[in-house]
Amino acid sequence: MENFTPISALTGGSLIGLSAVLFMLLHGRIAGVSGIAGGLIVPVAGDWPWRLAFVLGLIAGPLIYMALGGRLPVISFPVSSPAWLVAGGLIVGFGTRLGGGCTSGHGVCGVSRLSMRSMVATGAFMFTGFATVYILRHLAGV
Amino acid sequence: MNKIIAAFAIGVVFGIGLTIAQMVNPAKVLSFLDLAGNWDPSLAFVMGGAVGVAAIGYRLVPHLPRPLLADVFQIPTRTDIDARLLIGASLFGIGWGIAGLCPGPALAVLALGHQAGLFFALAMFAGFALFEIYDRVRMKSK
Repeated sequence: MENFTPISALTGGSLIGLSAVLFMLLHGRIAGVSGIAGGLIVPVAGDWPWRLAFVLGLIAGPLIYMALGGRLPVISFPVSSPAWLVAGGLIVGFGTRLGGGCTSGHGVCGVSRLSMRSMVATGAFMFTGFATVYILRHLAGV
Repeated sequence: MNKIIAAFAIGVVFGIGLTIAQMVNPAKVLSFLDLAGNWDPSLAFVMGGAVGVAAIGYRLVPHLPRPLLADVFQIPTRTDIDARLLIGASLFGIGWGIAGLCPGPALAVLALGHQAGLFFALAMFAGFALFEIYDRVRMKSK
């Protein structure tokens, strides 16, 4: 537990919650990243520009944080082989669209609305996330 | 235009939140998912902070007659637990456990110059596209 960082976790988490509230206040929508970014694939007139703007904001966020004097955390990829990364990315992309949400749309927005679908989805992806890491790290030794 | 600027700004707040929370670091995320290893509970605090803020905001905002920049609130109303939800969320967890990235952090990490992040994000968009193809084939066969 020596890497436990509750203060930065709560602070960062609160900002994520704040952006979800702002998105509801201004756009009237759930701030689900897989839905917003996945919606870029099939362009809908009038819809595409704000989706792209949100994604670009997300990408620019860490850079703006640095420009404001913030320090980036250490970033390391324990799994770095292209084959695993591509497999993971494909499964995350397909799965989040099929399941209608990810950690933000179901995990944050849905759970905070007490949506039964989102709570079930969150339970499911947490469970398979824990199980996958257990299998890969402790059984398969990847 | 205001919608686009607002979406960008909210994306930035989201991206800064993910950075402060260190969710842009796959090693951090995987150490949360690794219950049997050197467990780091930080991510639970990220979720707690985000859900706490969103739960309060979501109680207040929908009392407004309409969102500030849109005509109506688009809040999900479905309550059924179907196979798509369960399978999609379960798949998402597997991909999350493989690489330690979910859609938000996969985008936020992009500008920070990690080749592994680029591989994952490109594959994730391919996964989004794969879902659109799958969905169309399914719709036709019905």
